[in-house]
Order: sequence, then C-alpha cells, then structure tokens
Amino acid sequence: MNFYRKKPGDYVFTIINGAFMVFLALITTYPFLYVLFASLSEPGKFITHNGLLLYPLEFTLKSYKAVVNNPNILQGYKNTIFIVVVGTVINVIMTSMGAYFLSRKGPLWKTPIMIMVTITMFVEGGLIPGYLLILNLGLYDSLWALILPSSISTFNMIIMRTAFQGIPSSLEESARIDGANDFTILYKVIIPLSRATIAVIALFYAVYHWNSWFAANIYLKTKSKFPLQLILRNFVINSQAEELTIGVGVADSYAMGFTVKYATIMVATIPILIVYPFIQRYFVKGVMMGSLKE
Amino acid sequence: MKSRTKKTKEKKFSLSLIKKDWRKYKYLYLFFALPVVIYFVVFKYVPLYGLQIAFKDFKLSRGIWGSEWIGLKHFVNFFGNIHFGRLIINTIRISLLGLLFGFPAPIIFALLLNEVSHKTFKKSVQTLTYLPHFISTVVICGILVNFSGSEGLFNTIIEFFGGTRADLLMKSSAFLPIFIGSNIWAGFGWGSILYLSALSNVDQEQYEASFIDGASRFQRMRYITLPGIMPTIVIQFILRIGNLMSVGSEKILLLYSPLTYDVADVISTYVYRKGLLDQNYAYSTAVGIFNSVINIILLVTANNLSKRVNETSLW
Repeated sequence: MNFYRKKPGDYVFTIINGAFMVFLALITTYPFLYVLFASLSEPGKFITHNGLLLYPLEFTLKSYKAVVNNPNILQGYKNTIFIVVVGTVINVIMTSMGAYFLSRKGPLWKTPIMIMVTITMFVEGGLIPGYLLILNLGLYDSLWALILPSSISTFNMIIMRTAFQGIPSSLEESARIDGANDFTILYKVIIPLSRATIAVIALFYAVYHWNSWFAANIYLKTKSKFPLQLILRNFVINSQAEELTIGVGVADSYAMGFTVKYATIMVATIPILIVYPFIQRYFVKGVMMGSLKE
Repeated sequence: MKSRTKKTKEKKFSLSLIKKDWRKYKYLYLFFALPVVIYFVVFKYVPLYGLQIAFKDFKLSRGIWGSEWIGLKHFVNFFGNIHFGRLIINTIRISLLGLLFGFPAPIIFALLLNEVSHKTFKKSVQTLTYLPHFISTVVICGILVNFSGSEGLFNTIIEFFGGTRADLLMKSSAFLPIFIGSNIWAGFGWGSILYLSALSNVDQEQYEASFIDGASRFQRMRYITLPGIMPTIVIQFILRIGNLMSVGSEKILLLYSPLTYDVADVISTYVYRKGLLDQNYAYSTAVGIFNSVINIILLVTANNLSKRVNETSLW
C-alpha cells in the first residue's frame, strides 16, 4: 500500500474515527469505573455529590468492610466457589469424554449418538419441563441442581471434538502399540495436545457458572445455599438494602446503602476482571472455532 | 462398484456386526459414551418428553404420564387471554427495536475499527469494548437500577440537560430506551468479532487495485468491504429473524415491575410468572411451545427467502 499517497481528507477521517473509537471504549468502561469510584467513596460525601465521578470522594474502604463483614455475602462467595470449581471440573471431564468418543472413527454407534446430541441444539424442553425434572430427581433446593443440568454444553463438546479430530491419528496408533488404552490415550496424548482449546472451554464454563443466577433463583429455597449473584440480585435490584448494612448505625445506614451496593457489585465482578486478560487472549480463537461449520 | 456394496454392507447394523463392534469398543462405550448418553437422555430428552403436559390436565401428584389428555385447551385459553395481544406486541416490539438498532451497531463498529491502522490502539479498543460480555446480567442490571434511580447517574445527566428527576425504571416510556440501549452497549463490541474476522478475509488485492484506480475510502467500503462481508451479515440476520419471537427473560425479569408490564412483559417472562410463580405448569408449557413453533416458522421462512434472494442460507 506504499504507492497510495494520503490525502488531507484521510487524516481528518483517521482523527475523527480514532476519537470515536476512544469515545466508545470510554462509554463501555466508564460505568464500571463509576461503580469502582463510588464503592471507594465516603458514603455521606457520595450521596450529596451530583455528577460524574472521576476519582473516589474521600477514599475509604468502609463500604468494603461492610461487605466483608456481611455473613450472607461470605456464604454466597463460598457457594459460588463450590459451584464454579465442581461445576467446571464436571464440565471439562464430561465434555472431553463425549468429545473423545465422538472423535473416534471406528465405533458403530458413533453416528447415531452424534445425531442424538445434535438434535438437542435445536429443540429443548424449556423452562417448566426442566423444572419438573429437577423436582422429580429430588434435586430441588440442592446446589447440584445448578451443576448437573449444565454438565455439557453441546456446542462446546462439538468444538472440542473438532480439536481432537485435528490430532494426527499416527500418535494415537503408536501409543496403542505401546499398550495404551483409551484412558491413557485421552489423558496422555489428546489432552496435552489440545490444552489451549480445553483451557478456553474451561474458562467459558467457569465464567458461565460464576455469572449465572437464574437457575439458583428457581431451584434454591434455603438462603444459606444462595450463590453470590442471587444475593446480589436480592440486595441490589430488589433493594433489600437493610440486609446489606447489618451492623451499621441507623443514621449511616441510608447513605451506606448506596456505596455498599456498589461495593457488592465490585466484589462480585473482581474475579471476572482478574481472569478477563487470560480469556481475552484466547476468546477470539474460541469464537472463531465456534463459527466453523461442522 | 464392488467396494461400494461392501461399504453399504458395513454400515448395516447386523447382529454379528453389533457383537463385533461391542467386543472391540466395549470400554469406549462403557466409560466414555455411556455417561454422556445418560446425561443427554436425562437432562435433554426427558424434558422433551415432558412437553406433553401442554396437552394435559397436569397434576403434580399424578405425574406426567398419569394426567389426563385435554387436547388444545391450554392453547385456546392463551389465545383468549386478555394479555395475549399485549404479550405478542411487546415481544415483537422489543425484538424489532433490538434488530433495528442493535443489529447494525456491531457491523458499523467493525467497519470503523477496521479502518484503524495502529495495532496496539485497535487491540486496546477491542479489549475494552468486549468486557461487558463477560460481566453477569445481575451486575449489569444492578448498575442500571442504581443509575436509573432518582438519585442515580442517568438522572444527574437528565437534570443537567434540563429534565426532571424520576425513577426511570418505574416509567414505561423510559423502560425500552434503557433496555435496548444497554443491550447495544453490552453487545456491540463482542458482536463485532465475527464481522472483524470476515473483514480480515476480504481479498487484499482488490484494495490495492482500488488504490490504483483512485477509489475513495467510501467507494472502497461500498464496493469491496461491504460485499465481502455480506454473507456473514446475511447469516447473522437470518439467525436474528429466527429469534424474533424469543426475547430472553433474564434481563427483563431483573428490570421490570408491574408498573412497566404494559411495555416490558414478554412471552418468556409470562411463561416464568404463570409457570413458576403461579405454578400453572401445563398452561405455561403450552405458551412456551407456541413460542417455539413460531420461532421455527420464522427461521425457515427467513432462510428460504434468503436462499431465493441472494443464495446465502443456513442449510
């Protein structure tokens, strides 16, 4: 493109376009910054403040102390971590088992099972039949109701299968000659060679578990089992603010209500922000894998 | 010809073949396929079987099989419901507004971002604009609820421009702009990935030729870039049409209230309220089926239309 001489109009375009991109980036990020600044502000200062926040007003960790001292939120954190860890482990094991089976060439029943799996991407029972199933299985009000029904995402399994199929079969054959069985081949040959794909899929599963609230909302009854997102919903959106400011004096409690809400939002988001750079590195690849046609 | 007959023979499920296949792949079936098949049967196929309650007078105590068939009564009830019209209109309105404003947004963003030549700057803009995709719906709605409150940031901005403060989510007139606007805000970055990758596949030689011919930036966009990514746009459009009647319930459930039902109550939220809050299981399932059938019809129609008009289709 060296032979193309830039015209003055191109510079104008480049500058305006660049400015617009900066504007869009700011628009997407600023709400999170506002929440961060508000959560670090002195509650009394914050409610009398009008307008945008560019930094915390009188930096204080008061609101975070209230969040950390709230037993409900700590319990919610524990529940969420359990769901994320156990859920993701089950996801990865089940998904890689299915992907391994479906990537084999020989088995007679492979195609019928593949068809059976693919159908579920197009038709589903929906809300009520799924709910009745959980009732019938006796999983109502159990954390397993949030884990087991989403053990496998068909979409992820097909992506993983495609990755497994890309591994040269000569590697597998030589392992088999050395006496390896299917388990050894999967764990010693296939998985080490598709680490990147499995990492992306595991991260997507983990983010899904961390962020989900709806299943918890319909399947859980006992408050001590609620995951963080559901507690957040109750506090921030259904405005059960009085539960948030347990242990804070009545006079402060109104003002604290606002900043503590923002601090709770931050606390529920920080882990995502921490893993974001790692997912970020892979996700374009992940999305592209997904868009490949079977 | 000979090998061909052999092949068809191989694919036939004869008893001896099944036995041989079982001997060879026993462990593969038992330890790899079986758990996965059980998962799909229990969590995907049993709910499909459960859909029959839409045609039954379902009683929890009698179970799915034991309840009596009543034909299409639940469907007839839904069509006769006073809220039927409102639900359909609200669902289509939210969908169409999302399509009108939300569909072009990632395309325009991708086209403009594609014109940025500075690599690091481009990467940074991408990283920042993709972020909302990973933030939970509850957090995004939590922020929206706080910003929309009468003390919130949105009201501060409204007041700055001479408006009066109000709790925005309590007003029907403000619900749709907040809902649609925040969807676009959260989705335009992530949605652009597909288009950006399509853009990177556009033939570079055509650009070079256009430079020599003295084409302007907009001529290049009009005659090279847009046609290059058209198949991607069409496929995405068909998929959107296929989902025209399915507005997800999660975000609306977090943002709406009885005060805004007149614009915000859609089929999926109605299914949730009738089914889980009022425990009207069978009726609610019928509404869900009605919704899915319309979606399938829309998808097939859009796909066939597109096949005829510009030869791009999903199947």
